[in-house]
Amino acid sequence: MFEAVAFYFFSAILIASAVMVIAARNPVHSVLFLILAFFNAAGLFVLLGAEFLGMILVVVYVGAVAVLFLFVVMMLDVDFAELKRGTLQYLPFGALIGVILVAELVMAGSVWVARPSAPLASATPAGLSNTEALGMILYTDYIYYFQIAGMVLLVAMIGAIVLTLRSRPGVRRQVISVQNARTAAMAVDMHDLKPGQGSEGERA
Amino acid sequence: MLFTNLFTGLGMNHSLAWFISQALSILIFDVVLLVMIAYLLLADRKIWAAVQMRRGPNVVGPFGLLQTFADLTKFLLKEVIIPAGSNKVIFMIAPLVTVILAFAGWAVVPLNKGWVISDINVGILYLFAMSSLGVYGIIMAGWASNSKYPFLSALRAAAQMVSYEVSIGFVIITVLLFAGSLNLSRIVEAQAGSLGMLNWNVFSILFPMLPIFFVSALAETNRPPFDLVEAESELVAGFFVEYSSTPFLLFFLGEYLSIVLMCAMCSILFLGGWLSPVNIWPLNIPELGIFWFLAKICFFFFMFAMVKAMVPRYRYDQLMRLGWKVFLPTSLLWVVLTAGWVLFVRPHL
Repeated sequence: MFEAVAFYFFSAILIASAVMVIAARNPVHSVLFLILAFFNAAGLFVLLGAEFLGMILVVVYVGAVAVLFLFVVMMLDVDFAELKRGTLQYLPFGALIGVILVAELVMAGSVWVARPSAPLASATPAGLSNTEALGMILYTDYIYYFQIAGMVLLVAMIGAIVLTLRSRPGVRRQVISVQNARTAAMAVDMHDLKPGQGSEGERA
Repeated sequence: MLFTNLFTGLGMNHSLAWFISQALSILIFDVVLLVMIAYLLLADRKIWAAVQMRRGPNVVGPFGLLQTFADLTKFLLKEVIIPAGSNKVIFMIAPLVTVILAFAGWAVVPLNKGWVISDINVGILYLFAMSSLGVYGIIMAGWASNSKYPFLSALRAAAQMVSYEVSIGFVIITVLLFAGSLNLSRIVEAQAGSLGMLNWNVFSILFPMLPIFFVSALAETNRPPFDLVEAESELVAGFFVEYSSTPFLLFFLGEYLSIVLMCAMCSILFLGGWLSPVNIWPLNIPELGIFWFLAKICFFFFMFAMVKAMVPRYRYDQLMRLGWKVFLPTSLLWVVLTAGWVLFVRPHL
């Protein structure tokens, strides 16, 4: 009973907030609705017994990825009137993609029927917690896929660093070790200035 | 759990009794927590004052003991001002997000053996998730205020908290490798032993992780010396410049709730939670566990207060350097070391 109520509650909010992601006028509102959608998806995972996936969804997508989304969207100076003017011209193309997706979903949904004799997969096999079960399968059967996924991410990360790392000559940079090693004797120069005379000539 | 039998005894069906008893325990827990926060807040101000050779609040009630309640009344009775140019809905949701997330994290904290509202398998991940979401309250407040200082503060908060989450995450991974579980009660029980405090994680190979976790917790909760988000000399008051009255109170409360939550996390992960420091009979009886746990929380809170009183504020680039170039490599190296220790060395001890 309780599970059914929770399922419909999470699903309803998930769908409603997913609709609001595309319907909201303000891009910041869109991102906030996206976060709400992620949250409710995590709730659905927890209901299924896949609590590890649910928590990772919150930590990775909500806690890190969506923060960066929000960061970028907040920095953009969006002209809402300009944005609305262009919407209509993309409508036919967007509608076409939407129709194709819906058609594919309907086709897949009508053809794909689970065999009545098929066992219901459980998120937690006997004697193991959900996290352990996931680790067992990820690091044995799917180890190569897992490593390749890690490699792809590493390459992407290095690529991003290489693209943004610029070393321009003639720019004053701080060298932390020099800053930390500075003592009072290095930082202060004593000069004996005569009255009416600048310090220009004496500067080392 | 506590009252389920009571309510089923009154003739309710089991799920309803469970629901009401959970709600009741959460209510009691939160009220006790709030009173505790009120006195920790006072202790924070008193410690800060003592370091600066002042007396601190000492007028309201004996020794100023009622100061926090006087402040509470003041905040509640003032007028709520919502700036005309702000995004009103998000402006009001932001403090609620902060305070709700700060409360939600406490759901999985075990106060003693079995004394926990929700004993879930992925407790530590849940805590990590809730603390990493704390940044949303700040970003939403900074953006919705539609004002320069809060906006700058929100940008700083986003970068700072995401950076330090990374090292907190790696420290948590070392602890869960060592304990072999994500459940907070089992992490505590893994630190039990005949040697008392010598079995705690802080006296194991994990010892350098406690300072890293503590400093990252300072940065994650925007405490000095990492309070760049609300640096008053640069940003007036940071993200809550435009907030007044109860919404401001909620931010304030949320901040202290997450500080105490971080203290609780430090004591669970490294100082053995509810375990007694010496395993001798009158001190290690199970009922005293809550006392030890509170004592450890108070110890870490004292450290938080002393850091606030003594350490000057970091510069923003120094903050980023510490997070990414010092803590991240160290904690990453320690994940590898701990995994090696657990796999190859510990079986032979």
